[in-house]
Amino acid sequence: MERKVVITGMGIWSCLGTTLDEVRDSLYSGKSGIIFSQERKDAGFRSPLCACIPHPDLKPFIPRNQRQFMPEEAQYAYMATRAALESARLDADYIAGHEVGIIYGNDSVAEATMHALDKFRDFKDTAACGSGAIFQSMNSTVTMNLACLFKLRGINLTASAACASGSQSIGLGALLIRNGLQDCVVCGGAQEANMYSVAAFDGIQSFSVREDEPAKASRPFDRDRDGLVPGGGAATVILESYEHAVRRGAPILAEVVSWGFSSNGDHISTPNVAGPARSLELCLQNGGVDPRDIGYINAHATSTRIGDSREAEAIAQVFGGYRVPVTSTKSQTGHEMWMAGASEIIYSMLMMKNNFIAGNINFENPDEDSAKINVLPETKEAHFDMFLSNSFGFGGTNSTLIVRNL
Amino acid sequence: MTREEIVEKVNSLLSEEFEVEQDAFEPEANVKETLSLDSLSLVDLVAIIQQTYKIKIPVADLRQIQTFNNLYDYIESHLPA
Repeated sequence: MERKVVITGMGIWSCLGTTLDEVRDSLYSGKSGIIFSQERKDAGFRSPLCACIPHPDLKPFIPRNQRQFMPEEAQYAYMATRAALESARLDADYIAGHEVGIIYGNDSVAEATMHALDKFRDFKDTAACGSGAIFQSMNSTVTMNLACLFKLRGINLTASAACASGSQSIGLGALLIRNGLQDCVVCGGAQEANMYSVAAFDGIQSFSVREDEPAKASRPFDRDRDGLVPGGGAATVILESYEHAVRRGAPILAEVVSWGFSSNGDHISTPNVAGPARSLELCLQNGGVDPRDIGYINAHATSTRIGDSREAEAIAQVFGGYRVPVTSTKSQTGHEMWMAGASEIIYSMLMMKNNFIAGNINFENPDEDSAKINVLPETKEAHFDMFLSNSFGFGGTNSTLIVRNL
Repeated sequence: MTREEIVEKVNSLLSEEFEVEQDAFEPEANVKETLSLDSLSLVDLVAIIQQTYKIKIPVADLRQIQTFNNLYDYIESHLPA
């Protein structure tokens, strides 16, 4: 028998805040987390825009010898996960007596790898890399660090699926719980925010160059968008079976109703309409959900011309005459990439729990495709009990999640 | 470079890298115990000496380095001319 999967905790480290209250307020007020970076300008970036993410201080929590294993993204993920476990009331004693797993999205370790290999090449000696380099420069660095730090003994897996990594990790975690293979899984996504992680991405001219107006640079669905702005941080949700959550008296926030996924089987960077549409349809079908029951769509839309257009077409195709409210929180955060699928679940949860839909800032004029859907430009007080969140990535990987209020 | 300069520099580097107050660095204190070095973090000691003094410490030589004085001696005797 399939089990019901619920969300019992959330934690986030983002450019919109490092507590849920702070992030809720930023979403509501339409704050932009985007800044001009002189460091990137001086380094030779075409686009010197990025999200501004505070650096956490882990010294009070983790001894030096263990911090050595943690690159930037693992530090963000630690802070998000610490907060999520606390909000789910999962303490060390409970975890010691029960099997809790972790599936986290991550798809790069650029800065850590670069530093280690620079030292190796400078000194022509592998020991010069230091003790932490190997653990920092593996793609599974987040899950390997967090599993050790929080003493997790269930599934231990990194999902690497480009910009759908965070969403796929939640989909996979929910699947294991639904099928009875796990009772509780820590899920999320992390994104390094240093300039080295996106230098090659800048090189293919995907980023906005609206450097005189950083807060207006990320403008998904808007006619005058000129590219995305890279972001970062980490977001964690705690998933459990409903029975498990009830048994331990956990706060039950929402249900992960269904997961849909697909691959475009097409171009490596140019999305199509059919792939995303299949992901949406499969998610609705898997959950037995009528499209008219979806009160809000958190779009993947990153502020690129073709990506936003194809997603708008896919949404219009699947939802037909129903003008479901759509926004992309990337208008405020920039593109959080490996983290986005998880952070956007949290952004949508905060809206659902607080009865509003955060406006798609900078949406001033639709283009031919975004006119086919109902993009809300300004924050609106609205009650909804079910939302859908899209995440699409390079290589044509698509993931869609539907979450219901409880 | 004088012995005093080596001691001062090494103590400052190790204190910063391993987050241990320099007061604990008695000349005859055990380096590994004082700095809480395990088999992995010992590599960081080797790396920091190499990066600072261009001295490679082979594994066999690490066994000779028990105390802080042993470490200062090793650096003093292996400094490039």
